[in-house]
Amino acid sequence: MAGFIIRRLLQMVPMLVAIALLIFVLFSVIPGSFATGQQDEGLGLDMAVVTRMRQELGLDDPLHVRFGKYVAQLATLDLGISFRSRQPVADMIGARMWPSLILTAAAMGFAIVIGVPLGFVAALRPGSLVDLGLMIVAVSGLSLPKFWLGILLMYLFALTLGWFPSFGYGDGGLYHLTLPAIALGVSPMALLARTTRAAVLDIMNADFVRTARSKGMNEYRVVVWHVLRNALVLVLTTIGLQFGSLLGQGVVVEKLFAWPGIGSLLVDSVFQRDIPAVQGCILVISLFFLVINTSVDIAYKLIDPRIRYN
Amino acid sequence: MSGANMPLLSVEDLHISLTTDAGRFPAVEGVSFSIARGETVGLVGESGCGKSITALSIMGLLRDPLGLAGGKIKLSGQEIQNLPASQLRALRGKRIAMIFQEPMTALNPLKAVGTQIAEMFVLHQGASWREAEAKAVDALTQVKVPAPAQRAKDFPHQLSGGMRQRVMIAIALACEPDLLIADEPTTALDVTVQSEIVDLMKELCAARGTAILMISHDLGLVTDTCKRVCVMYAGRIVEQQDSERIFNSPQHPYTQGLVASLPRLGMRARHGRRRLTEIAGVVPGITSYPAGCRFHPRCTRRTEICETVVPELTALAEGSLVRCHHHG
Amino acid sequence: MKIRANLAIGGGLTVLALAVGIFGPWLAHTDPIMDANLMNAELPPSREFWFGTDQQGRDIWSRVMYGAQISLTVGVVSQLINTAIGTALGVTAGYWGGWWDDFVNGLTNLMLAIPSLIFALAIMAILGPGLTSLLIALGLTNWSYTCRISRAQALAVKSQGYVQAARVLGYGDFRIMFTQILPNTLGPIIVIATLGMGGTILAEAALSFLGLGVRPPSPSWGSMLSDARETITTAPWLSLFPGMAIFLTVLGLNLLGDGLRDILDPQSRSRR
Repeated sequence: MAGFIIRRLLQMVPMLVAIALLIFVLFSVIPGSFATGQQDEGLGLDMAVVTRMRQELGLDDPLHVRFGKYVAQLATLDLGISFRSRQPVADMIGARMWPSLILTAAAMGFAIVIGVPLGFVAALRPGSLVDLGLMIVAVSGLSLPKFWLGILLMYLFALTLGWFPSFGYGDGGLYHLTLPAIALGVSPMALLARTTRAAVLDIMNADFVRTARSKGMNEYRVVVWHVLRNALVLVLTTIGLQFGSLLGQGVVVEKLFAWPGIGSLLVDSVFQRDIPAVQGCILVISLFFLVINTSVDIAYKLIDPRIRYN
Repeated sequence: MSGANMPLLSVEDLHISLTTDAGRFPAVEGVSFSIARGETVGLVGESGCGKSITALSIMGLLRDPLGLAGGKIKLSGQEIQNLPASQLRALRGKRIAMIFQEPMTALNPLKAVGTQIAEMFVLHQGASWREAEAKAVDALTQVKVPAPAQRAKDFPHQLSGGMRQRVMIAIALACEPDLLIADEPTTALDVTVQSEIVDLMKELCAARGTAILMISHDLGLVTDTCKRVCVMYAGRIVEQQDSERIFNSPQHPYTQGLVASLPRLGMRARHGRRRLTEIAGVVPGITSYPAGCRFHPRCTRRTEICETVVPELTALAEGSLVRCHHHG
Repeated sequence: MKIRANLAIGGGLTVLALAVGIFGPWLAHTDPIMDANLMNAELPPSREFWFGTDQQGRDIWSRVMYGAQISLTVGVVSQLINTAIGTALGVTAGYWGGWWDDFVNGLTNLMLAIPSLIFALAIMAILGPGLTSLLIALGLTNWSYTCRISRAQALAVKSQGYVQAARVLGYGDFRIMFTQILPNTLGPIIVIATLGMGGTILAEAALSFLGLGVRPPSPSWGSMLSDARETITTAPWLSLFPGMAIFLTVLGLNLLGDGLRDILDPQSRSRR
C-alpha cells in the first residue's frame, strides 16, 4: 500500500513538468504573444522597459535553455517576480491561497451536504414526483451560469433582504462566505445529486442487495449496511474531480464577489499582462487539481478492497 | 391437515405476472407443489421457465416488473403471501433462507465475509456485533472453510468461487432455517467443486432437518440431490415424479427430451451406443407463450387438441403428476 | 417508441435557441449597438421595450436576440473543433496503438490535469479578446472526453471480425476508420458534443463576463451580464434576461443530451 502511494505521488512529477512545459510554450512561442515583445511597440510601451524586461526574463536565450532555467527555478518553489508589483509571485499566490481554499471547500461542502442526500432520496423513490422534482432541480443547477446565479443571490439576499454582504472577504467567516460558496457550489451539488442517484439505483439492483433482503433486513438497514458505502465509493470520484475543477471555476465567482483568491489574481494579472503571475496562478491551480485527483485515487484504493492489493 | 402431516411449505395455484409497456403476461401459471419437513425437492427447467421467480415469490422478493397475481404460499399452514413486510422479513433468513447462483455478485464486495455472516445473528438473534462475529467464525467452520478466523476477515474477491458459495451457505444456514432455497447453487462453479458444494449442502441440511428446494436446469444434479422433482416448462409445472422413477419412466414429452439429452454413466453398457438427443426448437419467451399446451410447437406427439386446450395436471400412480394430453 | 420528456423539452429549447441565433436580427426591434438613446436609459420592461433598456438606453430585447449569434456560434463552432480533434486523436490512437496511443493518452491526461476554464483563460490572455480567440480557446480545451470515448470504442471495434475482414480485403486504415469504427462511436460522440455545447456556451459567457470574450459593444450574453452588474440596484432586469437566455439555452442542450443518451448510448443509461 505504501508502495502504491509513493508510486502514485511520483507519477505527479512528470505530469507537473508537462504542465509547466505546456504553459511555458504557450506563453513563449505563439506568434504575437506579448511575451515575445512583437506587439510591445504597438502598445506604446517604453522600449527601454521592454528591453530590460527581455533581459530580465532571458527572452533572448534559445527556448530549451529558457525552459531548463524555468524548471530549475520552479524546483526551488520560485515562481518568478511579478512584472507589476515587483513582488515574488509565490508570495502573491500564497496570500491568495487561503481565501480560495476556504471558498472551494465551502462550496464543495455545500454540494456534498445537499447533493448526496438529494440523490439518495431520489434513488430510493425512482419515478416518484420527488425524484422527478429533484432531477429537474439537478439539471437546472447544471445549466445555471455561476456568475448569473451569483448576481441573483446578491440581488436577493444582499441587496434586497440584507442578510449577507454583497461582496468582499471581511474576516473570511461565514457571513461573507455564504453567498459566493452557494453560487459556486450549486452546479457540483447538481452533478453530485445526479451521480449519487445513478450510483444508488445501480447498487439497489445489485445481487448483493437482493441477498441482504433475503436475510430479512428492512430497507433502512439494507441502505445503511450495504448501499451507502458502495454508493459513496462511486460518488467519491465525482467529488474529487469537482473539487479540483472548482478552483478553476471559482474564477468568475471570486471576481463577481471581489473575493481575494487565486482566481481573481489570475484575472487581474491577465489584464495587467503580468506573465509570471499568470503562469504561476495556472501552475498552482493545476498543481492543486493534481494533488486532489491523486488523493482521490489513493482514497479510492483505501476504501475499495477489490483493488487494494493490486 | 394438522401436526405432523402438514407440509412445511405448500404452494397452491401460484400465478406471477410480468407487467411491461405492452401489457401483463403470465410468467408463472398455476404452479402447485409442497415440501414436507426435511424433504428435498427439485425444480427443473430451462432458464426463463419461471423456476427462479417462483423461488423469489416464496421469499417475498419479487420486484417490479414481476408481481404475484394469485395463489397461496403457506408456511406450516400459515398463508404468507400477503403478510405485512415486517412479518415477512422476520421469516426471511430465519425460517426460509436462500442461496443464489453467482456467489461473487451475491456478496457485498466491500464487506468482510465474516461481517456478512454476522449480520444474520445481529438481525435474528439480537446478538451484539462482537458475539455475532465470533459466531460467524463458527459458521465458517461448519461449512468446512479452512482457517475460518482468517477467512472471516477476507473480502469476497479474495476467496475462490467454491469458498464464496460456502460463505453463502453459512449465511443461509446461520439461523437454522426450516427451508433452504438453492437457486442454481453450483452453476457458476468449476465442475470439480460442484459436487463438494452439493454434498456439503445435503449434509448440513440433513443434520439440521432443513428442507431443500433446489432449483436448477440440470436434471442430473437435481435427481442426485432431491427425493422429488418438479419439471417446469414455460411457466407451468409439466411433471412431478420421484427422482428414482423419472429416469426410467418420464411421462411428459419434455421430460423425456430432457432425460434423452443427459449423458448417463453405464448407459452404453445397458443400451449399447446411443446418441444423445436434444429437444428441437427454442424455449418461447414469456410474452409469446403459445396457446394450448405450451410445449406443442416443439412436441413430436402433438395433435390438434394440444394447440387449443390446456392439458390438466393428471395424477398417476404413487403421487406422480403429469400435464399432457398424450402422456406415457 | 415513446418520446421522452427531456428529449421533447430539450429539443424544443434547442431549436428555439438556434432559431433566435439565426433569425435574431429580424426579431430584434432596433440595432443593438447603434440605437443608444440616453433619454431611454434604464427603463424597466414595457410594451415598447419588452426587456427594458440599459444604461445607454439600448433595447435589451434586441441585444439578447443579437447576443444569441455569438453564444451559439461559439457553442457550435468550438464544439465542432473539439469533436473533430477528440475523434481524430481517439480513433487513430485506439486503432494504431503503439507510441501514438501513448502520446495521445499523455496529451489527454495533460488536458484533464488543467481545469479547462483556466486553460481557455490562458489562451484568451495570449490571443487577446475577440470572437476568433474564443473559438480557438474553447475549441482546443474540451476534447478529452470525446477522445477517451472514441479511443475506447476504436479499441473495442478493432478486434471484431468485420474489421479484421476489412483489413484482409486490403482496405486502407483510413477507410476502415471511417467506414467501420467511426459509425460505431457516433452515438456517444453526439451525446458528448450536445452536452459539451452547453458547457462551451457557459464558458463563453464566463470569459465574456470576465471581459476576456468578445469586445464591447458587441452584445454577448456574458458581457451584457458584466455590464448589468454595475446597475444591479437600479435596473435588476438588465441581469435577468441575458442570464435567462444563457440558462434556457444550456438547459435545452443538457436535456437534449440526456435524452439522446437514453436513445443512442443505452449502456451508460442509469436504470429506471
